[in-house]
Order: sequence, then C-alpha cells, then structure tokens
Amino acid sequence: MGFASAYALIRMDQPSASTDFPHQSVTFPEGVALDCGRVLPSVTVAYRTYGTLNADKSNAILICHALTGDQYVAEQNPETGRPGWWSSVVGPGAAIDTGKYFVICANVLGGCMGSTGPRSPHAEKPGALWGTDFPVITIDDMVRVQKRLVEHFGIKKLFAVVGGSMGGMQVLSWAVQFPEMVFAAVPIATAYYHSAQNIAFHEIGRQAIFADPCFRHGNYWAEGVRPERGLAVARMTAHITYVSEEALTRKFGRKLQNAEGLSTLGEQFAVESYLQYQGSSFVQRFDANSYLTITRATDLFDMAAEHGGALADAFRGAKARFLLVSFSSDWLFPTAQSRAIARALNHAAVNVSFVEVQSDKGHDAFLLDEPDFHATLRGFLAGCAAHAGLA
Amino acid sequence: MSGEKKIRVDLALIAGMVQPGSRVLDVGCAEGQLIEHLTRVKNCDARGIEIDMEEVQRAIAHGLPVMQGDADTELVTYPDHAFDYVVLSRTLQAVEKPREVLRQMLRISTHAIVSFPNFGHWNLRLQLLTRGRMPMTAGWNRMWYETPNIHPCTIKDFFALCEMDGYVVEDWLAADEQGLRTPWRRSQRLANLFGEQGLFLLRKA
Repeated sequence: MGFASAYALIRMDQPSASTDFPHQSVTFPEGVALDCGRVLPSVTVAYRTYGTLNADKSNAILICHALTGDQYVAEQNPETGRPGWWSSVVGPGAAIDTGKYFVICANVLGGCMGSTGPRSPHAEKPGALWGTDFPVITIDDMVRVQKRLVEHFGIKKLFAVVGGSMGGMQVLSWAVQFPEMVFAAVPIATAYYHSAQNIAFHEIGRQAIFADPCFRHGNYWAEGVRPERGLAVARMTAHITYVSEEALTRKFGRKLQNAEGLSTLGEQFAVESYLQYQGSSFVQRFDANSYLTITRATDLFDMAAEHGGALADAFRGAKARFLLVSFSSDWLFPTAQSRAIARALNHAAVNVSFVEVQSDKGHDAFLLDEPDFHATLRGFLAGCAAHAGLA
Repeated sequence: MSGEKKIRVDLALIAGMVQPGSRVLDVGCAEGQLIEHLTRVKNCDARGIEIDMEEVQRAIAHGLPVMQGDADTELVTYPDHAFDYVVLSRTLQAVEKPREVLRQMLRISTHAIVSFPNFGHWNLRLQLLTRGRMPMTAGWNRMWYETPNIHPCTIKDFFALCEMDGYVVEDWLAADEQGLRTPWRRSQRLANLFGEQGLFLLRKA
C-alpha cells in the first residue's frame, strides 16, 4: 500500500474516530424534537469560535461544514493534526476576517467530533451507544441545533451564515427556517435537493460499509472493531465525485505507481494509491455510523418538495442578502443547481448575487485556493457589512 | 456624501430619471457603476444582471448585488412589479429578442429606462450612402461579422416600437457619444439625425 499503509501505521497510536477527544461543547438538556418525529432528550454541540463578539453581538458569522467536515475550520484539527479545513478562507485578514467578525463553527448533529451522534450514549438503552439506532436526522434538524448554540451566545441575528456543499444546504435551511436571524447567506457549491446521481453515489458508500464484516450491524464499537475497509471504499467513491476529470488527469494522468511489473493485485496507477490514501486517512478520523447518518440527511434534503414543489415558495419569507457561488467544473453540485436557487430567490424578490467561478478543480474547489472566489466572498461580506451598519 | 464618485455621463443621465429610494434593476450592469451610484447617492435598492463573469466578480467583490446571467433568459425569472425601474443601458441592440426583453422589463417593473446607440445618426447614414459598406464609428466600431450589436435601430424605429406595443414615453432625449450634449429634445427628426444615442423612460399605457 506504500504511503497509505505507512500513514495508517503512524496513526495507530493516535486518538482515532472511536475515542472521545475532549472537544469544546455545550449541552442542551432540554433536547430537541426531530423531523422524523422522535425526540433526542439531550443534545450536545461541539463548536469552535474565532475572533471577538462585539458589544451588540452583531458581527457573528456561522460557518456550516460539509459532509465530513468539522468545527476546526481555522485551526489545527486536534485529532488529525492537519490545518483547519478552511484556513485559507477564515482567519485574521482572510476573506472571512476573524479580526472583524466573530466566527462560529459547530460539528453537525449526527457528527463524530463531539456533537450528539451515533457514538453518543443511547437514550433508551443504558450503557449502550446509539449506533444505527440513532434517529434519522435532516439538514433542518442540524440547523435547529445550531440555532440553540447561536442563542447560547446571546446572538439574536447572525451577520452571515456561510457554507459549502452540505454546508450550503444548511445555509439555505437557515435562511428559510429562521429568516429573522440571518442578515446575509452564502450557499456555495450546493443544491436545493440531492439529485438521484448524488444519492446513488452515497448508496455505493453505504453498501460498502454494510458489506464490511467488521460493521456488525453498526455495533462494531462494542466488539472492538471498525469497518475500515468499507468506510475507506465509501470515501474513495465519494472522493472521485469531489474532483473533476481534468484535475485527476492533471495530477495523475496514466502515471504508473509500480514500474516493477504488471499485476492484477496491488496498485498499478498513481491515481489508485492516491485514492487509497484518501480512504485510509479518512477512516482514522471518521466514524462509519456518522457517515451513514449524515449521508442520509443530505439525501433527504429537498427544499422545494418541503414547500409544495415550488422552490420560490420556500424563499417567500427569506430576508437575507444572498451570494451564491458555483464552480465551473463541479459536476457533483453543478452550476445549474446554484442558478436555479438564484432564480427562485429572484422570483421571491430576495436580494441575490450569483457567480460561477472558473476552476478546473471540481467540487473541492470551494475548499481550495481560489483567489477569485475568495475576493468575491470578501467583497460581498464587506458590502453586507456596510448595509448592516457594521464598522 | 463625501465618497461620491463621478460616474459616466450617460449613466448620470439615467440616474437623473430615477426617483430616490426606488427599487432598481440594471440589466447589463458591467461592474456596477450605476447601481453603486444609485445605492450611495440616491438611496436606492439597486441590483444588477451582467453576462460577463469577470465583470460580475468585480461587482460582487466591490460589494454590489449582481447576478450573472443573460437578459434574454433571466428577466423571466423575476416576479411582476418587483422593481420601480429596470435599466437597459446600451444593451438593447445586443440582445436576442429586444421586443420580448422590453416586454419583460415592463412586466417586472413600473418603468423601463432604455438607452441605445442610434443607427439613424447622419454619419452612419452618410457612410452607408457614400461607401456602400456597413458604417464604422466610435460607437459602431466592430465589423458586421463580429459585432455583438445584432439588432441596431434608430430613434425613430424605437418610437414606432413603443407605439406598436403600447408603451408611454414619459421622457426621452438624444445625446452624443459621451452623453454631453442633449439639445434635440424638441424634434424627433433632428434627434434621429444628430443624436448618437437615444435614452427613453417608458411605462405601460
């Protein structure tokens, strides 16, 4: 396995996805009622903040992370040791300037970085963990829990809610569920529903996890194992959807990994070992049951269907100023999806800006160094700050 | 206001037609000079549509609300009466369906402000008459096979279209290329001969 297995070895003695790292968090003992009809009797939200909340609490920006993201948006992740997943966008002097804004990022409900999720204690079975018994959750549920956190800080209105991919879905949900609490909304590289193709790719990942003999019907913790192969394959499949064909070709082309001879087993091409590395590093930081829970939540997302089929109706009461950004080579959440959202917002007479950024990096572009995107985001926030009366 | 910047003269003429505090959509807004002026100076809720991605990025990065899109396809996505004014500055001649774009403008807005280069200007007429080839001027400066201006019209043509489609011309003027001189308000005939561009304020009858 080369580099990938070496990496896995080094990681062996590190805290992994199955241990409980002391993440900063707050617990709301009153619990939360979920869309599925069940109630979580107590809910914990793990979060990080950056910058300083001003006196009238008007400079807060909530960042919503994507499928496998976490709250460590702008600092080293304590579990992986890697830099914050959006440290090129969030920080002092960055597009989301922590010198000006108070930035909050929370691990989503159902996640595995300290927020309530499948690895939390089972509410009905003392001594057990939720596992696959964890209730089905939705994007709206995630947002309702984030709202508790925002209120916990005494913030009545967020200056902005920003997020890409699944984070963008949360941004849309915020603007629709709590229009009075959002001054500016920035959904990036996202969609208002998960397409059949999106669901299909997720299903391959879920099936790979189920097929892993270590999955044990979701009770793998109790038996001291983890479905690492299954989860790694899930990640490998998903990773292909995050990059463009052009980016893969540029990076790897048909480059051979092993010049020693042809074989059916083992990696032959550079792209194979790259994917294996993506898979094996992922299983060190992510929990399979969380992956199942969160992929399902995104699959269930359909904002138009929730509002009688017309997306514009969903946005009727929305008050935020919107910026929608898509990336030209993103085939997972293509530009047409963002444009459809922008048009529906226009139809609802909401103030909306929309731009497609030229990039050959695929869906992942929103996480990468894209100066045009960063300049656009910075300018949009500055314009909104002027309208909001933020100094 | 101290931060008041000088805007292009033709845009200043347009801004002069807009009541303070109104809702304005500028179609083909480029990097947003007019919407910035209307927002800052006239306290308008001004937004833009622009087809060129780089211009859109510059506008948004400048803090202006702009949507990347095409006038021919985007206007239909706005609801009726969403705006007090929709502005189409020097763009009508470049759209796919000028008549439909005008119809959409006056569906989504009470007023339409339209400016276009006047193909009836004496210099263009003279060039066509004497040389027998498509005229080239400062305003009409691209060869026929590559010009984006696929629907040229004269001031007189535009009056005729307004009458045919039942639009009331509330105000109009003809100006030279820079919008500096506008002395032909009295006579449509003279305006059509000496005006390099026409500027119209319309509403539905």
